[in-house]
Amino acid sequence: MSVLCGKDTRLVVQGMTGKTGAFHARQMLEYGTALVAGVTPGRRGVKVEGLEKVPVFDTCEEAVREAGANATVIYVPPPFAADSILEAAAAGIRLIVAITEGIPTRDMVRAKALLNSDYPDAVLVGPNCPGVITPGECKIGIMPGYIHKPGDIGVVSRSGTLTYEVVHQLTGLGLGQSTAIGIGGDPVKGLDFIECLALFQRDPGTRAIMMIGEIGGSSEEEAATYVKEKVTKPVAAFIAGQTAPPGKRMGHAGAIIAGGKGTASEKIAALRAAGIAVAKTPAEMGATLKSVL
Amino acid sequence: MKIHEYQAKELFKKFAIPVPIGEPALSIDDALGAVPRVQRQSGGDIVVVKAQIHAGGRGKGGGVKVCKTRDDAEKAIRSIFGMQLVTAQTGPEGKKVQRLLVEQGLDIAKEFYFAITLDRAAGRVTIMASSEGGMDIEEVAAKHPEKIHREALHPALGFQDYQGRRLGFRLGLGGKQVAELTGMLAHLCRMYDEMDCALVEVNPLVLLKDGHLVALDAKLTFDDNALERHPELRDWRDPSEEDPAETEAKRFDLSYIKLDGNIGCMVNGAGLAMSTMDIIQHYGGRPANFLDVGGGATTEKVTAAFKIITRDPAVKGIFVNIFGGIMKCDTIANGVIAAVKEVGLKVPLVVRLEGTNVELGKKLLEDSGLNLYAAADMADGARQIAALAELAGGKAAKR
Repeated sequence: MSVLCGKDTRLVVQGMTGKTGAFHARQMLEYGTALVAGVTPGRRGVKVEGLEKVPVFDTCEEAVREAGANATVIYVPPPFAADSILEAAAAGIRLIVAITEGIPTRDMVRAKALLNSDYPDAVLVGPNCPGVITPGECKIGIMPGYIHKPGDIGVVSRSGTLTYEVVHQLTGLGLGQSTAIGIGGDPVKGLDFIECLALFQRDPGTRAIMMIGEIGGSSEEEAATYVKEKVTKPVAAFIAGQTAPPGKRMGHAGAIIAGGKGTASEKIAALRAAGIAVAKTPAEMGATLKSVL
Repeated sequence: MKIHEYQAKELFKKFAIPVPIGEPALSIDDALGAVPRVQRQSGGDIVVVKAQIHAGGRGKGGGVKVCKTRDDAEKAIRSIFGMQLVTAQTGPEGKKVQRLLVEQGLDIAKEFYFAITLDRAAGRVTIMASSEGGMDIEEVAAKHPEKIHREALHPALGFQDYQGRRLGFRLGLGGKQVAELTGMLAHLCRMYDEMDCALVEVNPLVLLKDGHLVALDAKLTFDDNALERHPELRDWRDPSEEDPAETEAKRFDLSYIKLDGNIGCMVNGAGLAMSTMDIIQHYGGRPANFLDVGGGATTEKVTAAFKIITRDPAVKGIFVNIFGGIMKCDTIANGVIAAVKEVGLKVPLVVRLEGTNVELGKKLLEDSGLNLYAAADMADGARQIAALAELAGGKAAKR
């Protein structure tokens, strides 16, 4: 079992005719993802190298109607990406994974408001995230597929490469993953920790949850409260940025300590108070999860 | 992107937000010339000389002076221009003042704090207001959270007048001033939206003795992701306010932040880069920088990153920690080899590679004959570099 995506996922790639989109579409296809369509406005019928069997449409609406797409992954450049999210939602696509990094905040504030009001059933992951993978079944995003292994650990992370690091550690310890979700590092985003924790708590195929947070914002603190009240499965965590100086933006727009809020020590204290095992160093993430099983 | 107060006030004027009469100056002569003009236009003798740097707390640091006469103004201009201004936000070395703003002095009845920024948890742009103007707002937030009033803006419809009235009456303003405030906030919110701001801070916004409201200070930050929509802002960048290495890194689309340790770091991904800093400290080392080479780095980018790191004289060792996803390990290896060939390697180098094409990357490094230490994993690499940097730097570099 898994959450968000699996064997029944029929994926469309928005921006498949671009270099990045094409590269990752090939990787996803190779992994075994049911890649059913690409969408680029004005490029209907175009053949993409290595993806000749994947039809390209002008709109998401066509991809849904003609290819039965039910999920999308977005590699559209930042100025157009928020609009692409809305196009997918309006076409009735339920799972929208936005990989694009650098979307203006104003665009995301508006897109999210419109999703909430008009398309409440659409689930957005990202933007600025590595994507979602259910090992052995479906890879949506840019993560290296081979480090994953099917299993029963749910992984949710705000970081990209740090997600690979933890998955690699888990796989090395013989602990496979039910689904790994990269929720992304932007201040305005789709799924946050709480929604992912809820999905994993409900999923019979998930035995324990690994959560990777970062400095900045208050999502980890809110997640800690949620775990205390609602999650019965064992949870382990790690917070990146324990030694980051305040006021400096560390790559992710989200990763900034403002006004003494959102520090690693506050987050770690909140997580520990909720009974979550917190790894001391990033080298011990996998081992910490193993210790709570 | 941050801009100076005088630039922010120019933008305020465009959006019909009242600011004091004033003139920016890029030299002492400019500033001296501005004084009589500001006096004439405002019809008063008092002027205020304000240091223009990208940091708050200027008044406490001696960078803002109220001058009653032309002589006072000249003294203030000569003392502030060129000074190394140290404030709570500049760090101990301070910032050299190379720009001034000469403004009219005003009769202030009361000061307020206003800011507009994104409330991440709500996903909405929010106005924050407090009667404790001019104060350190973080202190107010910590000690008297009830004194900070908030109004969240609708993402599509934006500011509504009732929100301005609610804030105004809560702050204890009278009816006429509330109407004025509401108009001002409407303009500020429109500016925030149209200009893709990330933060607008007016601290203080003042009520004058004549009953009018003026933005006495202005602090503005733009959303870096939206700068392409505003090409006119490019000229407002002040390179002297930026770390040259950070600017250079930006050119190569690298995310680099200078820190005060001695271990140079090159990592892919922000989360992994922060964790690498964490684990280095865990083993007793001190990172010299945060450097995220990003997901789709090329050999050229990696070379540039390596050069930026080695240029820092404090660096006594380098740790390369890569988990290749899209970023292939052979790309990293080639970049490191090319950089070392070009600039040489005078400090120990520890490399940890994992992920896509890891075997190829390791082989490239082995065959290159470079004098480097291979790490089995992140912890091993951090342990090695902490020990090596301590040896290379001697005890002097330690805390």
